[in-house]
Parts: sequence; structure tokens; C-alpha cells
Amino acid sequence: MKAVVTVMPKPAILDPAGVATGQAMEHLGLKGVRSVRIGKSIEIEVDGADEKQLHEICHDLLSNPVVEDYKLEILS
Amino acid sequence: MAPIMKVAVIQFPGSNCDTDCQAALASFSGVRAEIVWHKETSLAGYDAVVLPGGFSYGDYLRCGSIARFSPIMGAVRVAADSGVLVLGICNGFQILCEAGLLPGTLMRNNGLLFRCERLQLRVENTDSPFTSVLHQGQVLDIPIAHGEGNYFADPETLAQIEANNQILVRYCDASGNVTPEANPNCSLGNIAGICSHGRNVFGLMPHPERVCDPILGGIDGRGIFQSMIEAVTKAKA
Repeated sequence: MKAVVTVMPKPAILDPAGVATGQAMEHLGLKGVRSVRIGKSIEIEVDGADEKQLHEICHDLLSNPVVEDYKLEILS
Repeated sequence: MAPIMKVAVIQFPGSNCDTDCQAALASFSGVRAEIVWHKETSLAGYDAVVLPGGFSYGDYLRCGSIARFSPIMGAVRVAADSGVLVLGICNGFQILCEAGLLPGTLMRNNGLLFRCERLQLRVENTDSPFTSVLHQGQVLDIPIAHGEGNYFADPETLAQIEANNQILVRYCDASGNVTPEANPNCSLGNIAGICSHGRNVFGLMPHPERVCDPILGGIDGRGIFQSMIEAVTKAKA
């Protein structure tokens, strides 16, 4: 099984790294930067896992539910 | 003679304040501090557990997120549930939050900088086994050294820990005023350290073990360890 997990800071959480990166984009001439948010993308290849198990891993290990949301996509 | 307080200092791969904690603890008479490797699965016989600072597992994924699943953490949970004192310093605080033994989490410092400096903490509450020999409003001079110390909890959790007096120390200025300027990382409410609902688990970002000997420039960290010793002594009496 191949899966991609995307972990993002929750919308209400300030992402200072995203803000700083957005400012750098403006320095490079990009106009009208409204929001930049930085998360992680985790690619997984695993034999014999079921989706429920992967969701548990996403919730318990790959994301911190206090401040982050995750999205699990099963590719194949 | 048997020690009054036997402490396990947990060593994770990447811990780097473990021997500092051991040395600070050993400077108190009646204390025996032993390094316990994270692959161990029992903490039987210990009166207290310290999760030291450092960069467990290289801080990969999130600070403390992998250490939280180390074999020893099952025993730390059992110890915490049975009332044993558990102190998490810096990375140890992050691990306790990841493990759910303390509420909330520690995010990247708002200014994105790793802050390594001395600053002041105000003692908010002395009704705990970690602050009992201190007095309310006392200002402690204790260093920080972290990049992820920005304490965050959702509003309901924050209201709960406030109501239960779980906030034990806040960042303050030299006169003890809790101000935005004294906050090194944008922690909610200048929170530097909180205890559990049961009060026997305490996590803080500053490093009390680094100010336990005048030769290191201060002794303001000693009160926290002294409080633990008194609590253990009282419990055994």
C-alpha cells in the first residue's frame, strides 16, 4: 500500500514560519501574498496495513491533534 | 544508609541534560540519582522520575513525538498514575505533553529563534510537590535553552488548568511582572511550566538543573528539587 499523509497546522494556529516565508516571497516581488502555511508531507509504503491502523498512526504519531490536522490519501 | 529519594533520570537517544540533572540531584544529601536507558520497561523502586532536556530522536517529526513511544514511557505512565513524582525539563516537558501526561503542547517559538539565555520566572502556585518550599510570587532566575517552547492549549483546556491552579511558573521581568516583553516564545499567558491535575507531574521549559551550584552562577533551581525531596520524605514518614 502507498499512502501520503499531509499534516498542516490547524487554521486557528499562527504559523510563524509560514508568515516569515510569506514575507520573503514579497521581498522576491510576489504581490498580494495573503497566507502561507507550512506543513509536512509524509510518504508511506507499507505491506498489509489497513486504513484504520494508518489513521491511528496519523492521529497518535504523525500529527499532534492539539495544533495540527492531517489528511490521509491512499494512493494504491 | 538507604537514600531518602531515589530518582530515575531517563536517558533517550539525544538527551543531553541527563548527567546535568543527575549531578544536580546528587548534590542534595539523601538523594540517589540513576540514569535509566529508555529501553527499560520498569521504574519500580524509584520515588521520582526526571525526563531531562535535549533533543530526543533528533527532534524528528516533532519534539518529543518519537520519545513518547519509547519502551520506558509505559513505566513512566504507570509511575505517574500511581502518584510518583515526574519532572519533565525542556525536552522532557515536550515529551510529557506528547504523551498526554500534561495538557497542551509546545510549539515553535514565535520569533523562530532558539533562545538560550537567563530569564526570570514567577512562582504562581506553591501547592505542589515541586514548588512547596518556594513562596508565591517569588522570582527565580533560571535559564532557558529551546526553540520549541511556545506553550499552547485550546481555550477550554487553558481555562481548566487556570481554574485548577496547574500553572506553577510564568515568565516575568526582574520585578516579577508578567509582561509580553518578558515572554521569550509567545507562550499563552507567559506559561513556563504546568503540573498535572493530580499535581505529581510537572513540566517546565527552563532548566533548574543548570542553576543548582554557585559555580554555575546561581542556585535558584534548587528549590524545585528540594520541594520534591520534602514531598517524598513526607510521603514516606
